[in-house]
Amino acid sequence: MQLTVPMGTQLRWLPWLLLLAIASLSLAPSLRLVVEAFSQPLNAESSLWRVLRDAATWRAAWHSLYTAGLGTLISLLFGSLFAFAITLTDIRAKQSLVFCFMLPMMIPPQVTALSWLQLFGPASPLLNSLGLAPPLGSPQPLYSANGIALLLGIQHAPLVFLALRTSLLSLPRELVEAARINGAGQWQVWRDIILPVTRSGLIAGGAIAFVSGLGNFGIPAMLGIPASYYVLPTLIYQRMAGFGHSVLSEVASLSLLIGGLALIGVAIQQRLLERSRFALLGQSGRPHDFILGSRRWMLEAGLGTILALILLAPLAALVVGSLVPALGVPLTLETLTLSAYGEMLGRQGVTLRAFHNSLWLAGGAALVLMMLSVLLAYYMQRLSPRLRLWLTSVIEIPYALPGVVLAIACILLFVRPLPVIDVALYGTLGIIFIAYLARFLTVCLKPVSSSLGQLDGSLEEAAQLAGAGPLRRLVDIVLPLIAPAVFAGGLLVFLIAVNELTVSALLWSAGNETLGVLIFNLDQSGDKVLASAVAVLVVVMVAALMLGLNLLASRLPRGVIPWRH
Amino acid sequence: MAALVLDSLVKRFESTPVVDELSLEIEPGEFVALLGPSGCGKTTTLRLLAGFETLSSGQVSLNGRSLAHASLHLPPEQRRMGMVFQSYALWPHMSVADNVGYTLKMRHIKGDEYRRRVGQALETVQLASLAERMPQALSGGQRQRVALARCLVTEPEVVLLDEPLANLDRHLRASMEETFREFHRRTGATMVYVTHDQSEAMSLADRIAVMKSGRLAQWATPETLYRRPRNEWVARFIGQGSILRLPDVTPGRAIPGAELMSLAMHHECEWDTPVLVRPEQVRLGSTGLPARVENCIFRGERYELWLCLNSGQRLFAYHHEALPIGREVRLVLQQGWSLEPEA
Repeated sequence: MQLTVPMGTQLRWLPWLLLLAIASLSLAPSLRLVVEAFSQPLNAESSLWRVLRDAATWRAAWHSLYTAGLGTLISLLFGSLFAFAITLTDIRAKQSLVFCFMLPMMIPPQVTALSWLQLFGPASPLLNSLGLAPPLGSPQPLYSANGIALLLGIQHAPLVFLALRTSLLSLPRELVEAARINGAGQWQVWRDIILPVTRSGLIAGGAIAFVSGLGNFGIPAMLGIPASYYVLPTLIYQRMAGFGHSVLSEVASLSLLIGGLALIGVAIQQRLLERSRFALLGQSGRPHDFILGSRRWMLEAGLGTILALILLAPLAALVVGSLVPALGVPLTLETLTLSAYGEMLGRQGVTLRAFHNSLWLAGGAALVLMMLSVLLAYYMQRLSPRLRLWLTSVIEIPYALPGVVLAIACILLFVRPLPVIDVALYGTLGIIFIAYLARFLTVCLKPVSSSLGQLDGSLEEAAQLAGAGPLRRLVDIVLPLIAPAVFAGGLLVFLIAVNELTVSALLWSAGNETLGVLIFNLDQSGDKVLASAVAVLVVVMVAALMLGLNLLASRLPRGVIPWRH
Repeated sequence: MAALVLDSLVKRFESTPVVDELSLEIEPGEFVALLGPSGCGKTTTLRLLAGFETLSSGQVSLNGRSLAHASLHLPPEQRRMGMVFQSYALWPHMSVADNVGYTLKMRHIKGDEYRRRVGQALETVQLASLAERMPQALSGGQRQRVALARCLVTEPEVVLLDEPLANLDRHLRASMEETFREFHRRTGATMVYVTHDQSEAMSLADRIAVMKSGRLAQWATPETLYRRPRNEWVARFIGQGSILRLPDVTPGRAIPGAELMSLAMHHECEWDTPVLVRPEQVRLGSTGLPARVENCIFRGERYELWLCLNSGQRLFAYHHEALPIGREVRLVLQQGWSLEPEA
């Protein structure tokens, strides 16, 4: 393996520094986890064996599979409906439909859960205001396995949509045109040509939705814990919250189990993909406008209704829920109050602190990862394709693993003070920061790499002949040309990290709360009005950041911004 | 002493040689073309000269100073060569003037001197009025001229050109060829020009290195390549013509017309030595060898004929008027050139 590629006389230290960074951020946590789980001899007393014998483990595993599986079916239903309708037909307002449909993916799961909770049940401020609330004492229908599955399905439907849309856009126009010339109608073309050829997109989308559902923490935590319905991530959370460090190695074994399930999901996806992939020739990248004629408005109305139900209604409930004085009070002109917002900004020290913490964590992680990504992408471009693929996969591990697993791995790694420098990271913001760097490196690296890959290599060679060394070339030539992608990567990291809950739920400590943890804790302690107010602010922030990224879109390579093509 | 010496260059990619024992001695100020079909290693050779690829073995030296050998690799930024890329490689975030002046900046040339030299370089390629434009706002030919000006500005001893005309349309090519010729005359730089287009190489270069599968097939002036190609492959690659198989001739010899005609009449021999006959050496008339017209194609300024001799061998010729297929004609051969058989 050739790791030290010729970079000239400068930057000779760079490859080693970068490899060290990848090793400590991307590999060390998961390795530490594996070591912990297998460190004891495998006998009746070992924690791995205890975990495998415990009925609660298998119950939670079944719950995980059930909710993620049912959620995947719902994602497939919504995602493919929107992908086919928006990509294939001549309906109007496609850009806005895409933006609205993608929004649930970018809204953090705990906010989604909270807004749906505000929509249903006897205490729903919206239903109370409309006089439709069920009688007091009737159950909250979302506190159930099917409630979790429904919300997982809605949260991850955009993943199916994206995978299928990519596959549809890469479908050569000639294939469809050839079928039309040979006498197939629009419906037959869809059934006989498009559906079979884009099956790989459906499979890929379904698999991503399933793996994401397995790893989701926010939704099963908000909906499952009140009903004592535990999935693997919430089981881990509950054990850690209840027993602390004494159960660390047991929890490590549980983490290994869920990590293994996720990896099996990825492997099955790749196996299925290999079998259903066709080599497509011809001109692609253009949508295939199927003429719907008089039925167009029906489809438009249908999609609009779905969006209203899965996006607008819960968000409206959330807003209403943040404006009432207390849960169960209907919203009228007399009861309307902004006191929750006042409390959030004024009296509640913890709220401001959480905003402050999350903004610093997300902003810092975005900045560090932007710099790291530029250097890493610049270096990786010079490696052989095989080595590059290998490194990319390693960097992807902390993002592909469920967040709970990464959190446990980080606790194991930092529970004792670091050797040599004797710095204790556990119980500080530092451990969350490191975990964010590890988890989101791939989010920032991907756009930077793809932008760098599109750069004509001779641009740099010309500078080299002009006498510019590697550092000069990076600053003068490469950086100005990939700057939009670097900013987009940084913004994406910020957008995801500022609302992150799964990792920080296990890593936070008093004084070191994040925004995600704040909403979760407020909800758990029954302060739903204040939680709603914070959540409304989070939604506004998400939408603003997404619109900001939209402004960059024209200067970015295709596929950098997840909700645009 | 030769300016640029390539001594037994070998470049292997994963043990397959792409450039194989290539040796050339290029005189100072010479305009040299590397010519060959795609995949013959000509671009790799150019990148070895620039320093973008490392040598597997052999040596490159300039004015007696070694640039690269087995244990030395001078990075491109220290070779002080100029290069024009097929894609022009203009930096899209810099104006035309900044593109041209970047090399000067790298050499810490500032102020009046900087402005004077950028202005001069742009004037030479007649682009002074577009100095503040961005490259995207220029046409293909203008971009190519900016790339040339970028080379020109530091007056490098060696300028490398990698298929610089491949992206231009046919009319623009002719005028850009003239620009290159002019550029060479003014700078006196040693130029190494990679192309797969033989007419481009023939019209521009002082000497041409014809390459085949990483090896040097022939290294000669354009006239020599056309009139006295070394072997059958070079003869077929350069120019038009037909190859007759004739008995009892030694390779590498000019064969006078009378001898050629008497040999071509025999047909019961071992047809072993290939002999090249260019179409302008074939004259149709009332006397000479009998032949039959097999095909006749109109090319504007003349007709191209494929003729079949009585011995069954085919011959390519020009004629001023159309002849019907099947017509019996008589022809005179003026000269031939015997070749080494294809390896």
